Amino acid sequence: MNDAMTPRTDAEVELLSFRLAEQEYSIDIMSVREIRGWTRATPLPHSPAHVRGVINLRGTVLPVVDLSTRLGMAPVGGDARNVIIVVQIGDTSAGLLVDAVSDILALPRSALQPPPDLAADAAHGFVAALTIVEGRMIRVLDLAAVLPPGRADAA
Amino acid sequence: MPLTVLAVDDSRTIRDMLRLALEDAGCTLHLAEDGVHGLEVLQGIAPDAIITDINMPRLDGFGFIEAVRALPGQRATPILVLTTESAPDLRARARAAGATGWIVKPFEPAKLLHALRMIAG
Amino acid sequence: MAHDPMAEIRASFFVECEELLESLQDALTALDAGAQDSETVHVVFRAVHSIKGGAGAFSLTALVTFAHRFETVLDALRAGRLAATAEAVRLFFRAADLLQDHVIAARDAGPPPADEAEVLQALDALAGSDDDETAEVTDFQPMALSFDFAPPIAPDLAAAGPAAWQIRFLPRDGFYPSGNEPLVLLRALARLGAIETRCLREALPPLDALDPEQPLLGWSVRLRGPSNEAEVREVFEFVEDICDIGITALPGEAAPAPADAAPADPPATTALPLADRSAGGAGPAAPAPPTPATPAPTFATPESAAPTPTGAATPAPAPAAPAPTPPAATTPAAAEHATVRVDLDRVDRLVNLVGELVINQAMLAQSVTEAGLPANSAVMNGLEAFMMLTRDIQDSVMMIRAQPVKPLFQRLARIVRESSAALGKEVRLLTEGEATEVDKTVIERLADPLTHMIRNAVDHGLERPEARLAAGKPRDGVITLSAQHRAGRVLIEIADDGAGIDRARVREIAVAKGLIAADAALSDAETDALLFLPGFSTATTVSALSGRGVGMDVVRQAIQSLGGRVVISSDPGRGTRFSISLPLTLAVLDGMVVKVAGETLVVPLSAILETATLGAEDVRALGPQTSVIRLRDAFVPLYDLGAELGYRSPKPSYDGGIVLLCAQENGNRAALVVDAIMEQRQVVIKGLQQSCGRIPGVAAATILGDGQIALILDPADLVHNATGRSRVADLALAG
Repeated sequence: MNDAMTPRTDAEVELLSFRLAEQEYSIDIMSVREIRGWTRATPLPHSPAHVRGVINLRGTVLPVVDLSTRLGMAPVGGDARNVIIVVQIGDTSAGLLVDAVSDILALPRSALQPPPDLAADAAHGFVAALTIVEGRMIRVLDLAAVLPPGRADAA
Repeated sequence: MPLTVLAVDDSRTIRDMLRLALEDAGCTLHLAEDGVHGLEVLQGIAPDAIITDINMPRLDGFGFIEAVRALPGQRATPILVLTTESAPDLRARARAAGATGWIVKPFEPAKLLHALRMIAG
Repeated sequence: MAHDPMAEIRASFFVECEELLESLQDALTALDAGAQDSETVHVVFRAVHSIKGGAGAFSLTALVTFAHRFETVLDALRAGRLAATAEAVRLFFRAADLLQDHVIAARDAGPPPADEAEVLQALDALAGSDDDETAEVTDFQPMALSFDFAPPIAPDLAAAGPAAWQIRFLPRDGFYPSGNEPLVLLRALARLGAIETRCLREALPPLDALDPEQPLLGWSVRLRGPSNEAEVREVFEFVEDICDIGITALPGEAAPAPADAAPADPPATTALPLADRSAGGAGPAAPAPPTPATPAPTFATPESAAPTPTGAATPAPAPAAPAPTPPAATTPAAAEHATVRVDLDRVDRLVNLVGELVINQAMLAQSVTEAGLPANSAVMNGLEAFMMLTRDIQDSVMMIRAQPVKPLFQRLARIVRESSAALGKEVRLLTEGEATEVDKTVIERLADPLTHMIRNAVDHGLERPEARLAAGKPRDGVITLSAQHRAGRVLIEIADDGAGIDRARVREIAVAKGLIAADAALSDAETDALLFLPGFSTATTVSALSGRGVGMDVVRQAIQSLGGRVVISSDPGRGTRFSISLPLTLAVLDGMVVKVAGETLVVPLSAILETATLGAEDVRALGPQTSVIRLRDAFVPLYDLGAELGYRSPKPSYDGGIVLLCAQENGNRAALVVDAIMEQRQVVIKGLQQSCGRIPGVAAATILGDGQIALILDPADLVHNATGRSRVADLALAG
């Protein structure tokens, strides 16, 4: 699934875009390890609301985050139509539960604009940039903000 | 240098370095950990040269060299002594036991090979 | 593939240092105990000597320097010039500890120990005290090695000497018995240039008076070539003292003077001056048929047999070397059992794979069961056999990672030495079961907790010498450190013969800190267990050792995180004992699989005392949130797992519920309510820490036969976090 090996110049960026409810978001494809269909997650006691639990990823324990909840919106829900995007930052891996995956976009970096400073926007702190593709607005997420280290520590 | 060499030293690190230096130069190397072991290993081979440490358990270098020289067929085998000091009386003692030459450790591989060539031809 | 052999050898050197330091400790301990034999002293010497030798090869200057000074004193010891007095041995122990610090600093590129001056001075004083003898000319320079095989000693052509040399050498006694061979010397000369050789036979007696072992022949060689005198002399480097050697420069390419004169001096008696003699045609070189210098020396064909890898004869513990050598046998083994050094990563990979095997086998078993095959069908029987085999493989693989606790014990011995010295107490450490093998990771993670407990024992457990004498005890305090295997677990105990726990004082402090109610009635064991509560410390003065804010609670947590338990027991006036029980392996666990609120959980079997089904009359409410159950003659607090874990709100009634009775570390019990018990089985432990951080009440996770993840509970931790109050307080409330 990954086209991470596609050579690209520094002036380009490749994004994996996906849907959360009616909105489109994306992340840098370099962080994406794989995409899985939905699996029921084993809940972790006393975990924050956005941590759905853990799933078995070929023998490793992978925490799954409901991305919509994490961004301050209504939960994704979780059923067979949903998708888990497995990402990795540094040594940490996690699964992001989203509604559906849309596309892989290759864009010049110049097409990325800084996000508007809308405090009212629930996803505010997590958005690194904005871009417009075929008339649709796509928010580019800052993965490090979405998944800070040790995020699943219980109370 | 296609020599067959028996090297005896109780330090694994030194044995590793001897192997690196000698096998890279094309020698066939047999290793032993102390004098007693060296005599055992010696039984099955006919080395062109022997390299030995001095301070070893069970049988030290001096004892080993004397024992080797007492074996039929080993009276003329060139023996190189590895020593950490080049003190003259140490060399004299080695000579008295029957050593052919010596090299100070830590040894440079080039010097070791050179010394080997000098005693073994 | 970048493969640096020197880096491997360097890594291997530090492993060797560990072994040498261990044998050094053993030998010093033997000396301390009064051993008189020379072999023990030699072991001490050789350990330091070998570390120095290897360190020199890697230019580890600080280490080499220290080792050298230590070795100097030890040399005097082994030569009998120095006696192994108790004081000297104490000094050697300190020097050995510093040597270890130097090795670690060299290995990790850290700063060398800063406090060595005093020890060095003492060592020098000991060494200097025997200066009537040998100041052995130690021509000692650590040299960095480069293995880039530059051609040896290229002749210095700029300093080319005269075009020809006249060389005479006459072997003397000692030449042949030391394995020298004139042919070899002649060949060496031949490599320097063109030679013409003449054999000097003048000293040969008639055949019947000939002793073939006497050196009676000499050689005279004319060498033509660009070599200088140093190079020529170098050929005779090893035989200078057993040969008469004359090296004379000849002017130009003079045609050999036809002087067939007999040698001026009889061989084998007069040492010819090694300085130049003016040649002036006095050289006896004659146009005799030159001995042909054989161009290419041929040697014995190297045998194809490489050293047979039956394993190296080291008594070192089985695998742990970080040097990536495939089963590298250094030599054919002598009598001791063979070992093989294996890269630790490979071992871990094997352990993981076996874990996967167990999981897959469980999944297979599940599928087979669901397929509804009869219990004694061929498939089921085959599966049974498969399971037993997997279990055996797993046991064997787990034991690969097991290592003797001895190095850990030796480390603790050092802690005892240092802390007793710092506190002015005399302490002896006795060890038992140092050969007991424990998983490598367990040993590593035990180091800190055990260190703390040992320091505590020295600091608080043992009385000061005066107090001990007053109590009729020997002046030396004794700490016993032991390890053994028992009932599938590892038991480690630290016991001291000190004053025991001052229970009155402990109660006082616990009440003062609000940890227990003032009128709480506690058994002796419960009082002792108060020490494990966070923030507890009886030290009236913060001693330099123990006042670090590391309480016994941290120690217990560390042990629990290994799946272990620790218990204190104390006998007033006689001493205190810590008993630690650990699983043999960190990778698998025998567990009870239960269902709670639709979720599947695993509770470690070792934590479960018994199970029971509840009737309504068994449960009493104590307060709005607390219930207890009546179990025979005692009341045990009840914990609704579904509620505690946040899966659902507390059940209104526990009638018909199932409880697991679990033991706490302090001997107390707790009843955990579950919905159903599924089965008992062995599960592979998957850590959660890395991915999810620490979750209270949860130890780890496992993957079940259906591929789902099930959490593995830590009942003690769960209970601890459940109420936020100590369980002792609950009991106090129950009256």
